[in-house]
Amino acid sequence: MTKYSALSVFLEGLRGNKSWSRAWRDPEPKAEYDVVIVGGGGHGLATAYYLAKEHGITNVAVVEKGWLGGGNTGRNTTIVRSNYMMPGNTLFYERSMKLWENLSQDLNFNVMISQRGQYNLCHSPGQMDAARRRGNVMRANGIDAELFDRAEVQQRLPYLDYSEHARFPIHGAIYQSRAGTARHDAVAWGFARGADQYGVDILQQREVTGYLYEGGKVVGVQTNKGDIKAGKVALCVAGHSGHLAQMAGLRLPIETHALQAFVTEPYKPLIDTVISFGAAHFYVSQSDKGGLVLGGDLDMYNSYAQRGGLPMVEHTLASAKALIPSLSRLKLLRHWAGVMDMSMDGSPFITKTPVDGLYLNGGWCYGGFKATPASGWCFAHTIAKDAPHEDNAEFTLDRFNRGYQIDEKGVGPQPNAH
Amino acid sequence: MIRIDCPICGLRTETEFTYGADATVTRPAMDETATQPWVDYVFNRDNPRGWHLEYWHHVQGCRQWLVLERNTLTHEVGSCRLAREVDHEAS
Repeated sequence: MTKYSALSVFLEGLRGNKSWSRAWRDPEPKAEYDVVIVGGGGHGLATAYYLAKEHGITNVAVVEKGWLGGGNTGRNTTIVRSNYMMPGNTLFYERSMKLWENLSQDLNFNVMISQRGQYNLCHSPGQMDAARRRGNVMRANGIDAELFDRAEVQQRLPYLDYSEHARFPIHGAIYQSRAGTARHDAVAWGFARGADQYGVDILQQREVTGYLYEGGKVVGVQTNKGDIKAGKVALCVAGHSGHLAQMAGLRLPIETHALQAFVTEPYKPLIDTVISFGAAHFYVSQSDKGGLVLGGDLDMYNSYAQRGGLPMVEHTLASAKALIPSLSRLKLLRHWAGVMDMSMDGSPFITKTPVDGLYLNGGWCYGGFKATPASGWCFAHTIAKDAPHEDNAEFTLDRFNRGYQIDEKGVGPQPNAH
Repeated sequence: MIRIDCPICGLRTETEFTYGADATVTRPAMDETATQPWVDYVFNRDNPRGWHLEYWHHVQGCRQWLVLERNTLTHEVGSCRLAREVDHEAS
């Protein structure tokens, strides 16, 4: 396997780029693995990578029904941040942020992490108070957060609507300077290449259709191309967790909902940061190619369809126009939807399940991308040690039985409201 | 755009309605003291990939609560009935 470096790019350039090796193999599956991970997105591949790197467990397969990163890894708006304030969330997302900061070096693969900062806008004195509280919790946990008043925001983001006609007046913003964006496909590819180098088998075009049992314990998976035995089976299939858990007889505190995202035609550099609207569900950043990446709210009804409805297109674009009037004549280039595991408290699961031998990573709502490295890191720990790390100790299924929901937004058990 | 055939107002677009919740869960009896039936009722869902019974509120129309049959994979819409009549049949 070639190590990527400036020198290797230069030398390959001289040789006409003819001797690059494959980034990962396409092996025939073995009959049995120590761990089979279901789902070849960022979370599944990261789990395989950290199982090998941190715990020395390399007899691992990642089984993917389509292609790597073809699910939600390739459908998000690529934002990374760690501005969470509920115990159980705060330090987990900060672990992820710290892993992001060194991920390209660790993987020897450029994931194009760009710490361009993120503004959460506030549109009322009440929102400013809530932002101040959030910022204080973050700073008490060693995470960077700054609170800006209206004048400071206007100086930094002059293209927002500050006129007296603005639909929602801007009172200020909370800002995390270490937040930003990363290249989503590169995250899947980097973890795949890293895991493959440790000997992990990546099996694409292979759909899990059921489980193998021995005395009530899961001991492998049935796939459309034959059975594979496994010491442990780990689900990383957010969006379809309900469906794959149901095959094992589990009912989860999850509903599946569709979320849409949009990219405009390329435009000269305008937005050099990430901006979240505080008055409606809307966020925007600009890709390195110049397209503005826009995201909105859920379609609100349960859906596995990976396509969205027009009412939410209108909502998202109306939000964009209300916040940044100068976007009004930009054309949309692309528009798509992904399906989300919307959990009952808005927080995820990285946990053992009541079924022996089956482990669950899911319930990411629409915040899974930023969590990718820590999710893999913590899930690998949970699988290897059969016990959670302290950073994912609260992400259990039984928190609902105990009354310990991690409800960051405080809206109760209404999945489409998180 | 989903169109829903409201028993009172006729065929209307989804923007007139608000999605409520899964209409298949039933509240345990009020004297139920075990935890699990309540956890199942409040939090756990079948979350089917396919046909799903759900509450919708015709909030911009007749303001009635409806029980709609809808396919979560294709967004195809099936039967639509007044919730009060469905609940009446159930009890």
